[in-house]
Amino acid sequence: MPQEIERQYKEILRQYVMRQTEQNLYAGQNFSRQLIQKNIAPEEVISIHKAALEEMFPELPMNVWHSFDLLIEMMIRYGLAHAEHQSLLEQQEEIKVEMDLAANVQRTLLKTTVPEVAGLEIGLVSVPARKMNGDYIYFLSDDLKNAGVAVADVIGKGIPAALCMSMIKYGMDSLQDATSDPKKVLDIINRIVEKSVDDDMFISMFYGRYNVEQSVFTYASAGHEPALFYDAQKGEFSELHAKGLLLGVVPNVTYAQHEVKMEYGDFIVMMTDGVTECRTDEGFIEQEIIASLIHSLRDESAQTIVDTVYKELEKMQNFELRDDFTLVIFKKTH
Amino acid sequence: MGYRSSVEILTEWDIVAARQLGRNEAKEVGFGTVDQARITTAISELARNIYLYAGKGKIEIERISEGGSFGIIIIASDEGPGIPDVRKVMEDGFSTSGGLGAGMPGVKRLMDDFKIETVLGEGTVIKATKWIR
Repeated sequence: MPQEIERQYKEILRQYVMRQTEQNLYAGQNFSRQLIQKNIAPEEVISIHKAALEEMFPELPMNVWHSFDLLIEMMIRYGLAHAEHQSLLEQQEEIKVEMDLAANVQRTLLKTTVPEVAGLEIGLVSVPARKMNGDYIYFLSDDLKNAGVAVADVIGKGIPAALCMSMIKYGMDSLQDATSDPKKVLDIINRIVEKSVDDDMFISMFYGRYNVEQSVFTYASAGHEPALFYDAQKGEFSELHAKGLLLGVVPNVTYAQHEVKMEYGDFIVMMTDGVTECRTDEGFIEQEIIASLIHSLRDESAQTIVDTVYKELEKMQNFELRDDFTLVIFKKTH
Repeated sequence: MGYRSSVEILTEWDIVAARQLGRNEAKEVGFGTVDQARITTAISELARNIYLYAGKGKIEIERISEGGSFGIIIIASDEGPGIPDVRKVMEDGFSTSGGLGAGMPGVKRLMDDFKIETVLGEGTVIKATKWIR
């Protein structure tokens, strides 16, 4: 093969030395593409050039031949840098494939089933900014009487955040009781997180439980975004604030718990900061814009509302998601 | 064991002496210009590492032959601190990102065979072989 390359190069060089046309230069450039594909190092190319020249013009002065030796010496490191780049590109490709697999594992591992509870519609959208999601949703329900939802957000995104999520999942799995009080749920999860994570890893979490018989939504929050409550009769929104420290800071925290009575058409919007901190190049998208967007969709199904809000905000942000985006709606239908 | 010659590495100038020895040996064994330059670059890299990280050591060049093939082995040895994480220094992008040059992966690429033995606190021996194609 090298001899064939030498022969072809000599021919291209001969043509060009004879006639300095663009066509001959183009032939040379196409040939270099082949050389790159065949992993011919730059120092090798110069050596091929030198050999071709020696055959064509053997009478050239010694100085010229010496100068090529210097050039070959200098090109060795370019060759090494090129080979290193190639290998790093391959590694990057491997990492990408691994990330895709990991994201799949995460999806399977953290899968949760939206409960079906009489008189309640649940809408959910959760989209990661990168491959792995740092937001987490977990549903709990029992005997169709209670529907609980945990909305958690690890500060930060990507792989470290995603790894943290499994801890929340197994903590929630251990509860298996949808009647548990939200403040109790947060207390248990907080103890698990506090024991298991570094001091620089923080998780915010909102836990809400809807009771069918009383039509009451009970909630508590560990430093999470307040949920929005839409009062259909008044036609207005209010924030559901609840005091509580982020998960994992200290072992013993007493979380405040509140409740709100839901009437027909009322709904509760739970979200992560990927929603509230949506921004365009001009700055944050105002909370009122999001609220009025949801308001205009109030008569739609819970799933249609979350899907439409996501699509609209994605469009406003030029399809660039800066943070993981999660939106859950509990809507009372009768 | 074939013919062996060596250069002590104590100062930066000894790197040049080691290169010169390697180039002469490579030329005499029959390597072409490009391979001579590759062998010399590998020696440069190994000698520089001795100079920078071990303080002193030596570069030996051994001529070898097997079944009609000829080649050389570069043996770089020092009694320096040793390498704590060999896998890391063999990683692409580890030494180059710090601007340290081609590094160990570079030496491995330039040569046909590369072996490294290192003991913390005792030193490092690297053997890199190249055959005439």
